Amino acid sequence: MTATAVTRKPVRWGRIALHLGCLAALLVMLYPLAWLLATSLKPADEVIASLDLLPGHLEWSNYETAFEGVNDVSIWRLLSNSLIIAGGAVLGNVISCSLAAYAFARLRFRFRGPLFAFMIATIMLPHHAVLIPQYIIFNQLGLVNTYWPLILPKFLATEAFFVFLIVQFMRGLPRELEEAARIDGCGPFRSFFQVVLPLTRPALITTAIFTFIWTWNDFFTQLIYLFDPDKFTLTLALRSFVDASSTSAFGPMFAMSVIALLPIVLFFLAFQRFLVEGMASSGLKG
Amino acid sequence: MTTTAIPAEAQRTAGPAPKRRPKREREGAAWVFLSPWVLGAVVLTLLPMAVSLYLSFTDYNLFDPPRWVGLRNYTQMFTEDPRYWRSVVTTVTYVVIAVPLQLALALVVALALKSMKHGKAFYRSAFYAPSLLGASMSIALVWRAVFNDGGTVDNLLGTGGWVNKPGWALLAVALLTVWQFGAPMVIFLAGLQQIPAELYEAAAVDGAGKWRQFLSVTVPMLSPVLFFNLVLQTIQAFQVFTPAFAISAGKGGPADSTLVYTMYLYDRGFVASHMGYASAMAWVLLLVIGIVTAVLFRTSRSWVFYASEGDR
Repeated sequence: MTATAVTRKPVRWGRIALHLGCLAALLVMLYPLAWLLATSLKPADEVIASLDLLPGHLEWSNYETAFEGVNDVSIWRLLSNSLIIAGGAVLGNVISCSLAAYAFARLRFRFRGPLFAFMIATIMLPHHAVLIPQYIIFNQLGLVNTYWPLILPKFLATEAFFVFLIVQFMRGLPRELEEAARIDGCGPFRSFFQVVLPLTRPALITTAIFTFIWTWNDFFTQLIYLFDPDKFTLTLALRSFVDASSTSAFGPMFAMSVIALLPIVLFFLAFQRFLVEGMASSGLKG
Repeated sequence: MTTTAIPAEAQRTAGPAPKRRPKREREGAAWVFLSPWVLGAVVLTLLPMAVSLYLSFTDYNLFDPPRWVGLRNYTQMFTEDPRYWRSVVTTVTYVVIAVPLQLALALVVALALKSMKHGKAFYRSAFYAPSLLGASMSIALVWRAVFNDGGTVDNLLGTGGWVNKPGWALLAVALLTVWQFGAPMVIFLAGLQQIPAELYEAAAVDGAGKWRQFLSVTVPMLSPVLFFNLVLQTIQAFQVFTPAFAISAGKGGPADSTLVYTMYLYDRGFVASHMGYASAMAWVLLLVIGIVTAVLFRTSRSWVFYASEGDR
């Protein structure tokens, strides 16, 4: 009895130390976010002069300035541009990737093995290898400075990572339901839409959320394809703040940064289970 | 559906299930499902790869037709362009700093969380959050301010702002990547939880201490996941763009010290309109990533342990 009591105690101290360590790490990690929120509410003279994290008083006018937008484009315009692109990408990825995934997971066709290997290989393909010709193609079609180059590729399942994610999920579904549906006379199309797709919902939600967040955050593609301030997204508008490095614009710039980050934070809080588990499963079943 | 229409061959291959549709029809259905992907693979992947290979041997500015110049883009890149080599060194330095640090931190945190009874899910989500936020322009701007003259880091360490110091700016970029250790951490944690407890029990019975258990059970069992993370993060790190762009205000400075490969590619192709040169750069990047991946796979045979007890 005494022996267990003695050995137990250091374990408990270890637990506490572990929690303290984790909390300390968490504070360091969350510091940039706290800094962002605090700076977005700081008056211009405090941004550099004051070393305090917390603002002397809350300067809500930073947000008023941010809502006026950049380059005479209102923030609502920027926000809806971002939403159109992210929404289009979500729709495209969910439709095209689930279609391709069903074929790879359940149907037999010629060259299935090599095509699947090719699909996996394209996950690792650096985007830059196809970037310039894609730009030339969209330029020839007169689609540069429109949203099409940002949305259209998603409808063609170019993000193979999601095809792979959905394939892995579908492979885990029991085949009996599809067999039953087939005996009842269901073809592959009805079987897909009425049996498999409803069961695949968790993987589709994961795909949708990741696509939304990645497209929302995307900078490089938008930088290349969009140059009309009217068509700018929040990310591109923030970028034009980078050049204007005067500290008086600091407050509004970070107010807009908060606004740009808000949808991601909300998505994360609402769907963290899908996100964490989607990420966890991506590394295991491969 | 009538059976008379089915060709004898299709009927023979249709298998035992009597109501199964003929193979050819099912194969046709497969191609319908695949058609968007096939179109994308041909028009947006294979064709562009071929075109960019062709363009890499030309001089092309988007307006005049491409002019064949043979290997000149490549020879210029390798022998006459110091900024090119500068970008190569910068990128490799970044990869070598950021990837091991990020993975080491991810592994340590995953090991700490593994045996935690309370709060594991909370910490897991909280540590994962930066992986989603870190790619954003908002956070990159925060980074630039925090590491600038008079920013938090300057005030804490008295080193001056890293953003304006050639040796230090790249480290600020790398730390932004390390900050996003949550994604590989989540994958490590999932891998750790799949290691059967019996292995640890058996090792303990054989007299193995905690450290020995880590070396003889955890490391080999986790090596496939470690390998996956290593390949994925290395490939991604070679293509870093947004943080370097934002932290250097789009210039790659100071003194080109944050001019990573993709930024120089962007500069050559989309700012200076040397599409041929940029295509050559893209192909070199593709080949280097391919070679690095192949080397990782080759060496993995000696250190990655696959416990495939018939699950594949």
